[in-house]
Amino acid sequence: MNRIKNTLSQDKKLLSIYFTAGYPEPEDTVSIIKDLEKNGVDFIEIGLPFSDPLADGPTIQESSGVALKNGMTTKKLFQQLDGIREEVEIPLIIMGYFNPILQFGVEEFCKRCAAVGIDGLIIPDLPVEEYNEKYRVIFEKYGLSNIFLITPQTSEERIRFIDSVSEGFIYMVSTASVTGSTKGFTQETRDYFRRISEMKLRNPQIVGFGISDEETYGQATEFAKGAIIGSAFIKHLNSSGKQDISGFVKRIRPV
Amino acid sequence: MSYQVDEKGYYGDFGGAYIPEMLYPNVEELRRQYLDIMKEESFQKEFKELLRDYVGRPTPLYYAERFSKKYGTKVYLKREDLCHTGAHKINNTVGQILMAKRLGKNRIIAETGAGQHGVATATVCALMGIECIVYMGEIDIDRQAPNVARMKMLGATVIPAKSGSRTLKDATNEAIRDWINNPVDTHYIIGSVVGPHPYPDMVARFQAVISEEIKVQLKEKENRENPDYVVACVGGGSNAAGAYYHYLDTPEVGIIAVEAAGKGIDSGKSAATSVLGKEGIIHGSKTLLMQSEDGQITEPYSISAGLDYPGVGPMHANLFRSGRGEFISITDEAAMKAGLQLAKLEGIIPAIESSHALAIFEDRKFKEDDIVVVNLSGRGDKDLSTYIDYFQL
Repeated sequence: MNRIKNTLSQDKKLLSIYFTAGYPEPEDTVSIIKDLEKNGVDFIEIGLPFSDPLADGPTIQESSGVALKNGMTTKKLFQQLDGIREEVEIPLIIMGYFNPILQFGVEEFCKRCAAVGIDGLIIPDLPVEEYNEKYRVIFEKYGLSNIFLITPQTSEERIRFIDSVSEGFIYMVSTASVTGSTKGFTQETRDYFRRISEMKLRNPQIVGFGISDEETYGQATEFAKGAIIGSAFIKHLNSSGKQDISGFVKRIRPV
Repeated sequence: MSYQVDEKGYYGDFGGAYIPEMLYPNVEELRRQYLDIMKEESFQKEFKELLRDYVGRPTPLYYAERFSKKYGTKVYLKREDLCHTGAHKINNTVGQILMAKRLGKNRIIAETGAGQHGVATATVCALMGIECIVYMGEIDIDRQAPNVARMKMLGATVIPAKSGSRTLKDATNEAIRDWINNPVDTHYIIGSVVGPHPYPDMVARFQAVISEEIKVQLKEKENRENPDYVVACVGGGSNAAGAYYHYLDTPEVGIIAVEAAGKGIDSGKSAATSVLGKEGIIHGSKTLLMQSEDGQITEPYSISAGLDYPGVGPMHANLFRSGRGEFISITDEAAMKAGLQLAKLEGIIPAIESSHALAIFEDRKFKEDDIVVVNLSGRGDKDLSTYIDYFQL
């Protein structure tokens, strides 16, 4: 059984962490993944750095810039991940923009993902229609789940369509914003979480964007299956380095 | 086969809408409505009146006699430099502000490189009394102080783009991020034929007034609607799209696109996307763009701020790949000389962007009875300090 579905079937709320590959140091990718697993994180999103990350706020933009300066490339990421499945069991998802994947070759990219043990992909600027028409066959051939985003403005009809195409989970963007907002959730946002949960979709929902602490994690997972933290973790790496990953995870989800 | 956009938003292999889901409702709203709104009689009436009374259209089609004589062919200049605010950019901003009003939007955002599109947007926002926010690369803000001042006088807020290379592509990223953060009340006025569908088509349609007028004016002067060639400079490609628009599917009219070679194609400081670019995704569109082997978008260079964009509109990418368009690259040096020459031969100081289109006559020869229309997209006032430095005037 696919690792993502396995994890989603567990009877608990899930915590996922995003980090940018090659940040803060070029060779940190594998050690950060191992540390996150050791500290109880349920699955991980590995950010493939891009020069022009449209959907990201300043924190992730900056980490991408640093990673690229560090010489991070798609090829290098696959080299780093080679052998990761001998040590890491939790689902690993690559999150990246479409252009670097297109340049690598979509089929070659999927093939390498499958070879190193990647379970799924999140490509924010690959719309569901394009995916369905041109790329779905390739993703499925290599057993990769493609994860789509929905937002508070996504119509019910479109959510149903995305649900029908998705295999794994639906990435529920909390508020209309780029990544890294720390304003907390309004009642309106929490009503949206409830509304989506009441749609009884095929795929569970994982909330992302704007989750930075125990409170927002708790609010996000009140109705959804889990939540993803990105910018807050990058900020933590920036201020404390890799030393206190266990402390960071415990502050979000105390044991 | 047509060189216009198809119903899925593609020009051949290029175009589409590669956007994050957060932008989908806005772009979809526009896609569903733009053609219907543009067809409305009241829209057309208002658009045409503003182009006439406010922009100053039709712009003249001027026979450049001394220039023609020098190059042994017949050259007409389409005088977009005489538009209000100094360039063709305002044709599109007038159209889009009317579109925004009909979509019920009360906040306008825009990106700008050299500041021409920012000024054109701030101008129509002042005209309509609508809030205007312009994103501009931090480096461009330093380079283009007079246009920053113009935008401020017109009541716009100019926000520096501090990410990435801090130039046009990053200003565009910041404007897109703003749109993600403000999905309900805001319309994004893109300044060129780039971005997700329907932007390239919508902007081309607003600029199409250029070739619509050329047809009528050439008929009066030469008793024929079709020139042998239409020449325009291409950065993102909006003035070119307007000049080609009504000739795209008329094969007897040659289409010539002029890109900025900067310091030379192989110098590492160039903006000639058709030569140096590969197929990829930039700002929501599949097109040709300058990028590293790893798919990171690279920073272009040209002495002309309006041409240094790492991509090119999908219409132009298709004109290049299909062979419908002839693409020529012109260096900084050749463009600057051509600008100075036009000033001396015809008493017209062109924008450096337009100077690129004028520079092709040195090497690209035409027949004596060929009729060549060059779209003079903008005037050189904004480039005076560059001309002064370059020629030690």
